[in-house]
Amino acid sequence: MDNGCFSSPRHDAFPAGLRVLVVDDDPTWLRILEKMLKKCLYEVTTCCLATEALKKLRERKDAYDIVISDVNMPDMDGFNLLEQVGLEMDLPVIMMSVDGETSRVMKGVQHGACDYLLKPIRMKELRNIWQHVFRKRMHEARDFESLEAFEGIHLMRTGPDQADEGNLFAVEEMTSMKKRKDADNKHDDKEFGDHSPTKKARVVWSVDLHQKFVKAVNQIGFDKVGPKKILDLMNVPWLTRENVASHLQKYRLYLSRLQKENDQKSSPSGIKHSDSPSKDSGCFSFLNIANKQQNDVANDTFSYSDGTLLLQMDATSHEGDLKDIVSEPTTEKRRASTSGIPEPKMQKGSQMSLNQPFTPVVSSEANHAVFDCTIPTQYSWSEFPKGALKEEQKTLVQIEDSFSQLPLHDTQNHIQVNQSQSMASINSNPHITEEVAASLETKPLYAGYKSDYVSPVSSKGSAVEAFPNQSKNLVVSDQPSEPIFTSNLGLKTQGFNLDYISDLDFYQRYLLLSGEAASEPLEEDLNFFLLHGECHNMNFGLQNIDMSEYYDPRLTGEVPSHFYDSADYSSVDQSLFIV
Amino acid sequence: MDKTKLKQQALFMRTSLFDEGFLDEQFIQLEELQDDVNPNFVEEIVTLFYTDSVRLIYNIERALMSNPPNFTKLDDYMHQFKGSCSSIGAKKVKKECTRFSEYCATENFEGCFRTFQQINLEYSTLKKKLVTYFQVTTLILEKDKMKLRRLVEML
Repeated sequence: MDNGCFSSPRHDAFPAGLRVLVVDDDPTWLRILEKMLKKCLYEVTTCCLATEALKKLRERKDAYDIVISDVNMPDMDGFNLLEQVGLEMDLPVIMMSVDGETSRVMKGVQHGACDYLLKPIRMKELRNIWQHVFRKRMHEARDFESLEAFEGIHLMRTGPDQADEGNLFAVEEMTSMKKRKDADNKHDDKEFGDHSPTKKARVVWSVDLHQKFVKAVNQIGFDKVGPKKILDLMNVPWLTRENVASHLQKYRLYLSRLQKENDQKSSPSGIKHSDSPSKDSGCFSFLNIANKQQNDVANDTFSYSDGTLLLQMDATSHEGDLKDIVSEPTTEKRRASTSGIPEPKMQKGSQMSLNQPFTPVVSSEANHAVFDCTIPTQYSWSEFPKGALKEEQKTLVQIEDSFSQLPLHDTQNHIQVNQSQSMASINSNPHITEEVAASLETKPLYAGYKSDYVSPVSSKGSAVEAFPNQSKNLVVSDQPSEPIFTSNLGLKTQGFNLDYISDLDFYQRYLLLSGEAASEPLEEDLNFFLLHGECHNMNFGLQNIDMSEYYDPRLTGEVPSHFYDSADYSSVDQSLFIV
Repeated sequence: MDKTKLKQQALFMRTSLFDEGFLDEQFIQLEELQDDVNPNFVEEIVTLFYTDSVRLIYNIERALMSNPPNFTKLDDYMHQFKGSCSSIGAKKVKKECTRFSEYCATENFEGCFRTFQQINLEYSTLKKKLVTYFQVTTLILEKDKMKLRRLVEML
């Protein structure tokens, strides 16, 4: 399909050409719906499995305008799919069922369905589904306009991925927003016919922005939080209350899911998710290391926040890393314990200039019990547990081993920023032999992970950085590699892993959603790392991003800083880390 | 049989299917979807339904045989089957499905079992009627096609 919205046929005769994805395990209904939708002149794609549908959606983010799904499906609960689509792709989703019980309908609405149809479905009901697409676009357009001020981010986001043909209003809209403003009417008329702004750029929840958000949420207190309060605290002029509200909703969903997972896993870290946001100072850090460092002390365990997290990694290094990361599909799930373990794959030379902060990180260990964990990361470098990046426990174990082997000396390895990589690599990358030690510094990050790896964003930063996969160019700051690393791996990596995983999961979803950039959703939790990777690919805007605060290009999306920590790593494994 | 008679027969069958409550409005929806692109759409859907529902019925049968009966599972399977029945507008079958679900809710195995027999009966009856109905409609279509061909040949 063409990239420009202008050329899209859909565009000309909206709602004709609306791209619908139908998901239903009943083949009879699937066929009927397909026929009905075709009669409405929509473009129909059918799926009988939810997993297949998700795969299709992830393959091309902008390939569809709306999703219609049945509630009862064998492989995945329809509500679950609904939630995932909403988080990752932010598409309108319509639920269908033969059961019209109020409680079910309510559940659908709660999970974000924009409509709930009862079977048997009539043609006229399907004819009107375009209104949901239109409504969403209108909201986005409004958001977009308020965002206009932030062209940079927006360009970043709109990047290459926007050019997707599927996107009716495509990036062009975004980029031409400016133009539009000037030639507004004409432009509009020409393009949209009678619609209002096309699918406009959504608010790009950059790492930085999300960090602010999380900080605000924590300040207010998660229970008392409300979009208005957050908005006021964040003090971002162009952000609207709606933007915050929708972001908050996603965040809440994410946290609750993490909570559930955590409970199940009964990891020690528990739900640190909430913590993570606060961590942002630390975790996110890479980007903001400069900023955060000093202030982040607030973060819990990971206090790395002082910024030491080293996230200081130079932007440049990050970028480099990211690229590397991206390119190498590191399967390692290093996440969990790996945090310290830089992904060997990172050969690319990402250089995380971890400098500095590592030491402080180490010291922070004292503060944070958590830091123990950090050490583990270190060790991953030296030896990546070969094998598998199995993120979970497996990696943890591995990391430990590797740890001991890590040559703690501070090498000037560049720790690939690919934190994710490192994370991933930790588990699997045996390559990390390099001086990961430098990366060790980052380990403290991991320590934090223990409890919640989220917070490690900052810590992650350091840790991650340390992980330069293989490339080992850790530029580890001269800090004396702390010998600490050797020991603790034991940390809770376990819990940590879990956290990571969930973080990653969230991140993945979240970032994917926001970033859109993520091209390929990682199948696993580690997907988050994908984000990293993807970000990389997308690359989006990385360039635009000011490295100093952007530590992780992949985070182009709104990756919450805290996520970086854990998430990064995990995701790194997954995809990006190219090992 | 000449076409007029065939058409009459088809009309009669169709009307009775509706009057006797075998089919509901969904069937009309299917007929409306039938067009030049899919001239046999209704038959296609009904065939698809009867083919696919075999496994759904099998699932229910198997679940009914388990001891002790798992009502949640039974309800799930029935829910699936009911959804499928709604696709062709099988009114009587759907009604029995609802009854079955009610028995499931009260965990009345005897009731479930009896209702299932009824479901099977309605299901087969409808199938026979529809098969016959489609035979007639297809015959009409064939006659039309033949007529068209003959006309073309004459030209």
